Parts: sequence; C-alpha cells; structure tokens
Amino acid sequence: MQELKNRIKQLMEENVAQRALGWKKGEFGYDAQAAFFESTDELDDFVYNGFCGANLSKYMIEACKKEGRTIICLKPCDTYSFNQLLKEHRIQREKAYIIGVGCKGTLDISKIKANGIEGIVDIEGADMFSSENLLKIKTVYGDHELAYSDALLERCNCCKGKEHMIFDEIIGESADTVSADRFEQIEKIEQLTSIEKFEFFRNELSKCIRCNACRNACPACNCRKCVFDSDKFDSAQKANSDSFEEKMFHIIRAFHVAGRCTDCGECSRVCPQNIPLHLFNRKFIKDINMLYGDFSAGSNCEENCPLTSYSFDDAEPGKI
Amino acid sequence: MPMNSTESFAPKIVAFCCNWCSYAGADLAGSSRLAYPADVKIIKVPCSCRVNPMFILRAFEKGADGVIICGCHPGDCHYSTGNYYARRRMTLLFSMLEYIGIEKDRVRVEWVSAAEAVKFSETMNSFVLQIKNLGENVRLGDLRCKS
Amino acid sequence: MQRIGVFVCHCGSNIAATVDVKRVALAMLSENGVVFADDYQYMCSESGQLKIAQAVKEHNLTGLVICSCSPRMHEATFRKAAEKAGINPYMVEIANIREQCSWIHKDIEQATQKAIILARAAVAKVNLNSPLIAGKSPVKKRALVIGGGIAGIQTALDIADAGFEVDIVEKTPSIGGKMSQLDKTFPTLDCSACILTPKMVDCAAHEKITIFTYSEVENVSGFVGNFTVDIKKKARYVDSAKCTGCGLCQEKCPSKKALSEFNCGLSNRSAIYTPFAQAVPNVPVIDPLQCIKLKTGKCGLCEKVCAANAIDYTQKDEIITREYGAIVVATGFDVINLDNYDEYAYSQSKDVITSLELERIMNAAGPTKGHLERMSDGKAPKNIVFVQCVGSRCADNKGKSYCSKICCMYTAKHAMLIRDKYPDVNVSVFYIDVRTPGKNFDEFYRRAVEEYGVNYIKGQVGKVTPEPDGSLTVHGVDLIDGRQVKISADMVVLAAAIEPNASVRQLATQLTASIDTNNFLTEAHPKLRPVESPTAGVFLSGVCQGPKDIPETVSQAGAAAAKVIGLLAKNELTTNPCTAHSDELLCNGCSACANVCPYGAISYQDKEVNDHGIRETRRIAMVNTALCQGCGACTVTCPSGAMDLNGFSNKQIIAEVDAICR
Repeated sequence: MQELKNRIKQLMEENVAQRALGWKKGEFGYDAQAAFFESTDELDDFVYNGFCGANLSKYMIEACKKEGRTIICLKPCDTYSFNQLLKEHRIQREKAYIIGVGCKGTLDISKIKANGIEGIVDIEGADMFSSENLLKIKTVYGDHELAYSDALLERCNCCKGKEHMIFDEIIGESADTVSADRFEQIEKIEQLTSIEKFEFFRNELSKCIRCNACRNACPACNCRKCVFDSDKFDSAQKANSDSFEEKMFHIIRAFHVAGRCTDCGECSRVCPQNIPLHLFNRKFIKDINMLYGDFSAGSNCEENCPLTSYSFDDAEPGKI
Repeated sequence: MPMNSTESFAPKIVAFCCNWCSYAGADLAGSSRLAYPADVKIIKVPCSCRVNPMFILRAFEKGADGVIICGCHPGDCHYSTGNYYARRRMTLLFSMLEYIGIEKDRVRVEWVSAAEAVKFSETMNSFVLQIKNLGENVRLGDLRCKS
Repeated sequence: MQRIGVFVCHCGSNIAATVDVKRVALAMLSENGVVFADDYQYMCSESGQLKIAQAVKEHNLTGLVICSCSPRMHEATFRKAAEKAGINPYMVEIANIREQCSWIHKDIEQATQKAIILARAAVAKVNLNSPLIAGKSPVKKRALVIGGGIAGIQTALDIADAGFEVDIVEKTPSIGGKMSQLDKTFPTLDCSACILTPKMVDCAAHEKITIFTYSEVENVSGFVGNFTVDIKKKARYVDSAKCTGCGLCQEKCPSKKALSEFNCGLSNRSAIYTPFAQAVPNVPVIDPLQCIKLKTGKCGLCEKVCAANAIDYTQKDEIITREYGAIVVATGFDVINLDNYDEYAYSQSKDVITSLELERIMNAAGPTKGHLERMSDGKAPKNIVFVQCVGSRCADNKGKSYCSKICCMYTAKHAMLIRDKYPDVNVSVFYIDVRTPGKNFDEFYRRAVEEYGVNYIKGQVGKVTPEPDGSLTVHGVDLIDGRQVKISADMVVLAAAIEPNASVRQLATQLTASIDTNNFLTEAHPKLRPVESPTAGVFLSGVCQGPKDIPETVSQAGAAAAKVIGLLAKNELTTNPCTAHSDELLCNGCSACANVCPYGAISYQDKEVNDHGIRETRRIAMVNTALCQGCGACTVTCPSGAMDLNGFSNKQIIAEVDAICR
C-alpha cells in the first residue's frame, strides 16, 4: 500500500495530476470510503485494503468537471465500469490517470460479523498487497482469526478476471479468488416454480427501504437525472403519492442498465438491507450471453450494446 | 382456474399496436368483421420499438391482466429496424418477468401485418383465452407487497 | 387545462347500431377536461365538420376527441376540420370505435362499455397533447431511377419530358434490361429491339437524363425531397468521353472465353465487351476477371488498337454523390436458379433450356443467329416440349408460391413462332392452367392452339430423362385423359419462375423500403397506392413490385413517373411534426439513441446549458427533425427519459394505459 501511496504522491508532486481519487480510512478498520485527495497532505488518510470495495469509476464523472487531471485507482473489475462510462461519453479519458491496482478480493464485513464477531475495534491482515491469508480481528471481547478468503464479497467469489481493461500503470499483483460459478444462483432461481420465484423476490424486495443507495453506487446508473426523479414518465412522486416507482423500481432499474451493467456488484454491496440486487442484473447478463453471444460490458469501448443492436434471426420474445 | 370463473372474469388487456402493420391489421379485422373479445383495448404507437417496458409494467401496476405488443414482421418494419430492437427488449423483459415469478403468458409479442386480419383476430382470441385461464393478475400489481 | 370537445359519430348505423352513442357522449362529460360532448350521424360529412367548428367557437375548445372510424380513415379529415375551426390539427385524437368496436362486437352493452373506455383513453391523451407545427423542407428537383430496363427507361423518359432532371443508375454496362434480351413480344409479335432501341436512344439523347451505367447505388441517406445518394461508378477501364464505339478492341481482344451474360451464357464474349450491338452507351467495359492485361500485366492489345486512346487500365471505381427529391426503384427480375429442379435435367442436358435462353436462340443476334438449334449438337429439333410453372405456384418451399404471370403468354408466343417458322416441328406444352387475362391475350393463346396446332397438355411433368441417343424423354401426366404420358423430345424449354433481382434486398434496406416474403417491394397500399413505397419519396416501377409483362410495366412506369412529377413540382414539403426531441437538461449524451436511429437523425453537440443555476457545457443529443421519421426507437433506448416523441410522448401513452386500466 505504501508503494501505491508514494507513487500517487510522486505523480501529484510532478504535476502529472492535480488530485487523486482513492479510498480514505474510516472510523473503524473496515469502513474505508471513496475520497478525493486534493493535496499530498491529505494522502495521510489514503488507504488501500480489502475493505476498499467501492468502485471509484463513477466518481470520475465528478472528477471530469474539475480542473486538470485526476489519478484514479481502479481494481481490475472497476476498469470495466470505467470503460463503460467512457463509451457513454460520461467521462473523458484524458482527464484521468489510471493506476490499476492489484486486488486479491474485497471483504464483506457482514460475512465477518456473521461469524458472531461483535464489537470490532480493528482488523489486521486486510492489506491488498500481502500474500497472508489471515485476518486478525480485535474486538472489545477479545481477538478472532478468520481466513481472508472466507470473508470475501460474493462478487469476488465469481470474479470476472484479474486483468485491468484500461490503465496507465499497474501497481501490485492480483490473486485469483474464483470459487463459484457466476450464474449458479441464477440457475437455481430459474429452477424454482413460478410461485417460489415470486415469493423469493417478494421477500427480498419487501426489505427495500428505497434509500437509493444501489442507484447512487451503480456506475451504470449515471443519468444526470433519474427517470424516477423527473416528471417524464409520471413515475416520480412526492411522498410516494403514486406507487409505480415503489413497485417497479428494481425491475426498471435493472432494465435500464441491461447491456451496460458490468456486474461490479456495487448494488448488492451497498444495500443496507442486504438485498441481493445483483441477481436481477446478472439474469440479464446471462440471457444476453445466451441469446446474443458472450458480451461483457466495459471490456472495450467499441462493441455495441446488445440492446442497441440486433440480428435478423434473434430469438422471439417469450420463446426462450 | 376453474372453468366457471373464466366465464365471468373479464380481463383487462392492453394491446400496443404499431401504426403501420398491426393497427392496420386490426382495422382490417374490423372491416372484415372478425370478432375478438371486447376485453382487448388497443393503444396505437408508431412502431413496436416505441413500447417502453415501463408502459407494460405500468399497465400491470394499474390492474391489467395481460399486455400484448404487436408489430410488423421482422424485416418489414416501416422504420426498417424498429421491431428488431423491440424484439430484443421484449425478449429480455419477458425473461425477467418469468424469472421473478410473473406468469410469462401474461405478456406476448406477435408480428401481424396489415394484411393479416385473421391472424390479428385469432391472436387476440387466443391471448384473451390464455389470460382468462391465468385469472386475475395479482402478482405484478405490487411486487414489493408493502402497502 | 384543456377544454375538450368529444364528438361521437354514428357512422350511419355502422357504429350506432352496436354502440349506444348517446351514452358514450354522456359518459365523456364527466371526464377530466371535457366541456362538451355530442353525437352526430356522420361526423366526417360537411355538416358534421360544421358541428365541430360551431362547438369550438361556442365552447372555446382547445382539444378534440372524435369517436369514429379508424384514424387511418379520417384522422386527416378531422385534423383539417380542426385547423379550419382554429385549433391546432395535432390537438385532435381519434377513438376508433368502429373497426375496433362496433364492427367486431355484437353485444350493445359490451360494445358501449368498450367505446367509453376507448374514448376515455383518447381524452386522457388529448389532455396532454400540445400544439405541433409541421415544418417545411425544400424539394431537390431531380429524380433517381435505379435500374435501366424498360421500367426505368420509361419512368425516366416521362419524368424528363415533364422538365425534371433524371439520373438512371444501371449496374450492367448498358441500359435495356431484360427486354433487350427478348426476340419478339406478345401479343403482337413485334420485335423487341425494334420498339425498345428507340427508347434507349431517346434516353441517351435527352438533355434532362443522365445515364450512369456499370454503376450501383452505394449509400442512401436523407428523406423525401432531400435524398443524398452515393453512386459507385465501377471502373470501366475505357474512357467514355473518348471512345467512339468502333468495336475494334472487342474484335482484337485475345481473351474470348467469358460467357456472354446477354446471351444467357450460350455464347462467349471477349474480355472487353459491349453486351450487345445496340448497347447504350455504346462504350465497352473491360471485365477485370477476364482481361489478361489486368490480370497479368501483359497483353494491352486493346490499348494498341484503340485509335481514340480510350483505354485506361488505371481507372478506379469512383463514388459520386448526387442529391435527389425522389427515387424510383426499377430493379426488375431474374429467372430463378433451377438447382432445386433437377428432375427436369437442366444441369444435365444442354438441350433443356429456360425460356429466356430460347429467346436468345431464336434471336437473329443470338448464339445461333436465330436458327432453332440444339445447343448440344447444333441439330434442328423435331420435338419440343414446353414445361410451364417451373418454380411458380409452388405449394412447397422448393419454388415460389406466386404466379410469374408472363410465362403462359410467352410460351404461347414461342410455340406459335416455332410452328410458324418450322411447321414440321411438334410442339407440346405442359400446363397447370393457362392464364391469359389481358387485351388480346386469350385470342393469342387460342391462335396457338387452333391455328398453329400446338399440343397443350393439362398436367405436370414429373421427370425429364436424357437418353444415350441424345434425346430427352419427358414423363408427364395428362390430367384430362387421366393417363401418364411419355414424350420423346429433342429440346425441353422450362418456363422458369421469375424473382426480384437479388440486389433489391440490400437496396430496400438502404431506402428503408419494405419488401415482402418473396423480396418484392411492398407498395404503400396494394390497391390505392400501388406505385408508391411506404417510404415517402420512394416509388416502384416494374417487376420489382410484382410480376408484370411489358405493357403493364410501361403503364406502371408512367404512373410512378406521374407520382414523381407531382412531388418534384412542389417547392417544399410539409414535414411530420411527430418527431423525437431531447430534453437538454436530462440528456446524458451517451449515444445510445444515435445507435438505434435508422435515419441518422441524431447528432451530438457540446452545448452550454443552465441546469438550475449550474452552467456547464454538456454533450447533448440533437434531433434533425427533417430526418426523424418518428419511430420512437430512441425514446425507449434513452435511460433517463430525455428523449421523447411528439404526439406519442411517454406521458401520453402512460395516460392512455392508465385510462384503459382504470
């Protein structure tokens, strides 16, 4: 991590970039947050460890409005979102200096807590660049140990790959974290009966408090103004006077990002209610791959989105 | 669904028809007196590609029991490519609806040309029957089941 | 807030017999925005329209809902009536309570309920309508005719005679098309070349006509009145301006093994060639696949003998861009490939030929100089069998489902001409039906049977077997006598089906004109607008629209020309105001909409916007309303809802949905 911090400092001092976009340590050891570092002094708070799950690509939209160039730290999977934003003309390549940072998987604090670990004071061993696979967790009730690999976010267990799709330089190595099939869960749900499916999603979605965290974190949800906030569809509401948004929000959101979603998993990661929102997006990805050929949004900037292209012999609706 | 309740159940069905083919097909069905149930109400759109998935979900939310989208046959779109986009959108949307446990038979896409009055009428007859067999739509009314 | 008037039409008893029109009108009075509702016998009549005008005046109406027949029938009528009454024509919505209601339902209660809901949806929509103003676009006063056969030639001549410029684009080296390959024409038996050549010459000489032969349409953009077309002029390797058409190059060319396209492959031609003696322009082309110089760099004989220095081996394909107000498609037809019909031994025997090949054999300029000869051994045939409907009227997928229309007549012509010139030759014709509607057509066919003794056999041919002695055994069935027949023939002529020229598929895509399952171009209306394509500004001439004989082709060519003239005579066109537009405060500039626009109507601009006090430069989608046709593909692609469509806005459609589901 120190190497990364030093390099950022150097780049800022050499005026290659005017600021950096990275992660800042939080109040506890496990709540690092996305942050702009406007001066080298501010870099003292810079951190890069397993709790830096936040995908910084979307912050680049803000960074592009600022003077000069911004260093942005991107994990391999984050680069897909960056590319997708480039493709959609939401950010400018020349405004970014991309440091591709190595990644050995990001951590899920709720998984740690699920082991009955409470009152966490500090967590050691979360460093991204160490090969140690052990988390030492200090709590007010004593110390615990947990394998790093056992505390990964679901998305890291079916990681898209450890290659950076776009970068100016790479710092640190990445480690393979794949331990599950990406579409396994989707297939399981597909096997359920219609009523089981409905009950499953109703149960999950009934937890939603419409805090919009998923929308805010999602790099594909980058509209200047969300349809649910404008009056264009009669879908927005003041104090939910109209329930359309309430009822259909997640389906519509998933549809709006279909073909653009890079499966970065931010929606599920940030959901305070732990709703597995990625199950919607990943279903679209699975269908798109099956019907229109393998497609990975953000793997490059050229390929046309499956929903803005077609072929003459596409499958008929409802007949798959 | 027992038969006697399908008899009395009058489903609400919204049909989006493209102006150039299907709406004309519906007109021809009318002038040919090819009957189909009054449960079907047509909304004219310029092209099947004008049908936003939000319109479909909105219809369900407002109590529709079935939604059907009719457009020109692939290759015959007045705007040449509109129905190809519609086809992909609807394929994915329908698959998603099925995935979340909404009966996929509540939605349908059918390509009906301006000359296919018989097909139009038969399509509407069979779709209404299909919806009657499914009964009233309760699931998509509110997926979150809060209120 | 709108002030809406609802008018419920009885349409005589067409609506009123099944729909309680008074109840519909009454029900509408309680709808939001409705201040007036009435019913009347015939809303489209003059007095009906007067009623509208009166109500507009008395009740200060801002919007109208007409509950009547389909908008496809009278929307234009009521829009005009609204305009006359002082309301913007786009403040009118039609509730289709005839085609969609009274005509298909019998139960009065049910039909009335449905009519009320349809009317309610129209009212809900009008509440959100806003006045739209149609734009104007200028008309480029030049027409493009694609295809230089008789259809294209006639269309071009008629347009040019009206004083407008016309370009003909023909992909082969000469205009003339299929008609130039024909020997005689039915039912008058006059020589095809004698009536076609003067028209070809007229075309070439006409000051308003420019002919681009050996050229193809590469790209089409724009819209009615304002098309921009890229034409690819293929390298001819001969300078048209210098060539005198002396023909010496063709004589001296050592490469003479290419099959003559004009003679249907029955004779050879040189690598540098004009397809036929009367070609227009009389300028040869060099076939690069055959030319020794172009292939190996050696030879150059034609260059040496050309006194005019017209040979230019360095010529390249050239793209020229021209602007047009109207485009006529006249791409014609081809004979189908007979690979699926091996039972007729077409690929096995040189003496099994198509009717078009027979035309060349009978023609004095053809491969046999007009002598009826077998292509295998040059002997004069004694027994000829004609097989009708080869690939036409097929019930299976092997051939075409349609009737090729011209075969009955040309077969009668062939049979008659052969019997006339060679009375000792026996001619039999196998047919499914003989179809001869047309002026003097049936008389013509009867002459073949009665005067010339042609043996017509109703029935189909199952198989043609080439025999070791060079004869052909035709196994058929005579349906009238109910027996199998076996005829020993020495020539079999297949009336092969015709199909649209293969180029039409791509062309249709370029023009956004639709084609049917058989690749024939679709007309805007099969009865009432038969020479117009549904795409404004694109017209149809000849067989590209459906099988036709020469007189029909020429009349359709004239009709297409008349439509073009009507269009070019206008100085400007009124454009459809129901176009897309983007809200600059919501647009992300993501380009998704431009990706799905079939008309290239969307472009992006960096524009300074004021978003609630924040001034910034943003990439914003701009719709060229002259190009936009209003399909709405962009509106659904746009995730933020920035893109919306006039006349079919998101809110309007949602209001209709809500009104129906209420």
